[in-house]
Amino acid sequence: MANKRKQDWAAYLYLMPVVVILVIFHVLPIFYSLAVSFYEWDLIGAPEFVGVHNYQRLFDDPMFYKSLMNTLYYAALSVPLSIISSLAIALLLNNPISAIGLYRTVYFIPVITSINAVAIVWNFIYHPDFGLLNKILDIFSINAQTWLQDPFWAMPCIIFMSVWKGLGYNVIIFLAGLQNIPKHLYEAARIDGASRWQQFRHITWPLLSPTTFFIFTISVIGSFQVFSQVYMMTPRGGPLKSTMVVVYYLYRKAFEQFEFGYALSMAFVLFMIIFACTLFNKLYLEKKVHYS
Amino acid sequence: MTKVKNPAHIAIHTLLIIGGIFMLFPFVWMITTSFKGDDEILTTSKSIVLLPDSVRPGFLNSAEDEARIARRSERERLWNLEQEKAPGERDKKVREPFRWYDNYVYAWRAQPFYRFFLNTLFVTITVTSVSLFFASLSAYAFAFFNFPLKDALFMMMLGTMMLPQQALLIPNYIFLSKMGWINTYMSLIVPWLASAYSVFFLRQFFKQLPKDLFEAATIDGCTRFQFYYKILLPLSKPPMVTLGIFSFLANWNSFIWPLIVTNDTNLRVIQVGLSYFSSEAGTRWGPLMAASTMTILPLVIMYFLAQRQFVESQATTGMKE
Repeated sequence: MANKRKQDWAAYLYLMPVVVILVIFHVLPIFYSLAVSFYEWDLIGAPEFVGVHNYQRLFDDPMFYKSLMNTLYYAALSVPLSIISSLAIALLLNNPISAIGLYRTVYFIPVITSINAVAIVWNFIYHPDFGLLNKILDIFSINAQTWLQDPFWAMPCIIFMSVWKGLGYNVIIFLAGLQNIPKHLYEAARIDGASRWQQFRHITWPLLSPTTFFIFTISVIGSFQVFSQVYMMTPRGGPLKSTMVVVYYLYRKAFEQFEFGYALSMAFVLFMIIFACTLFNKLYLEKKVHYS
Repeated sequence: MTKVKNPAHIAIHTLLIIGGIFMLFPFVWMITTSFKGDDEILTTSKSIVLLPDSVRPGFLNSAEDEARIARRSERERLWNLEQEKAPGERDKKVREPFRWYDNYVYAWRAQPFYRFFLNTLFVTITVTSVSLFFASLSAYAFAFFNFPLKDALFMMMLGTMMLPQQALLIPNYIFLSKMGWINTYMSLIVPWLASAYSVFFLRQFFKQLPKDLFEAATIDGCTRFQFYYKILLPLSKPPMVTLGIFSFLANWNSFIWPLIVTNDTNLRVIQVGLSYFSSEAGTRWGPLMAASTMTILPLVIMYFLAQRQFVESQATTGMKE
């Protein structure tokens, strides 16, 4: 304990590789982005300083609003759907039944597969003429839809597929949270004659709230960054731009139209929105979280 | 072990099995479609035919299927007749009959998938192994050493985990293009060699190890680096395996970054190759499903293999305690 105060300069040698790469590729780019967002630049010519012009343009850009609303729509539907369904599955798996390991593996498989490959598979499932979905609906005499080509259905189709894909990850985290709840609480509740719903409402839900809060926070962040499935399933932003989300719009501005300054101002606004959401979650929602 | 016959458990199993079918069916559909010919796929028939013609037992066929199979064998017969003729006399309009593996052959030839696989393997293995090595060095320093600015550096590292990746795409692209690294393996590998998440994860693991271990070893004359690779690394196999799986999956599946920093076919990784193939093949659903199956299969195999090692490594650490 005597050498606790001793400063160990050799530590920097061990830290160097990670710190250097993080600073170059993760820390400096943030400041650099902010700076470039005040310029007009196509990477080839000289950057031209335009002040806050990019930001002004952003607030007058109807497509930016549309992409923002589409992103909010995606988040508002996919986050609760994913949380409710994965919690339901985790609650089912939290029973002393056989083959738990097998179920966990099965529900986790979509998580490990690549979004591009499964997007292709779902493109085929949603196909208006040859797709599985319309064939299944036909059994129940429901009319065929054009799904990804329909401005109303395109986004729900992408959301449904995304929830299916990401479910397993939340299930595993919810299960870990459920297993941390002391069993004796349920025994006591049962002796007092609490129903299953009361047990869930007064024991499981409050004691699980740190886990739910964690999943909610990372799901919101993730849903604001949705890109790959939109890119793969609805090229060019979908029918009537109904699936044009912020990251896809940003990608097009930067890498198809070479308006790097404008794209960066968009990235910065997106970053501020995500940051504000995370802060709101932390300051407001976390007050309702029960930490033991 | 007592087996409780509980009626509630039957209901739970039923629900879980229905959910499980829902999770797996898209993959089953993908695999069976990848063995189907265009005449089987591009059918507006309302019936759901799961198995491809080549393996479906005859009694499952509907009248519609029978008609299609008849047309197919007629085509096969014509083709065989043509093959008996001399090459000059053959009717070019007679199409080759579909063999069950043809979609895979088509996909494999349409794009240099072997090259995509090699690129992806090279990038994934390099990033996974080097980033784990770097992360373990940093985690070692954070867990066992005292040095100035320790807390500030650690906070910076945690801070980078909260940044959205998309905000970094453009500045990193600009930086790499000024460095002349666009369309090189460097751009696919170097930015990902540092993983703050891995450092954090390993530091948490190192912190749980008994403090005396380090002090006893240094008193015995063990240098810091000897402690790292003779004692710490062998002890940290379980978290390394876990992180290795995460890193492998993330790199195998990474898409938007390689899409941006490479446009040379020779440097394409599997996910980018797949997306190009998807826009090129259009409605050739058979080959598309074959390509998706080829992309997904290595991961699923690795997941099952690693899962066993995962469980084993957890079992051995359990025994030591």
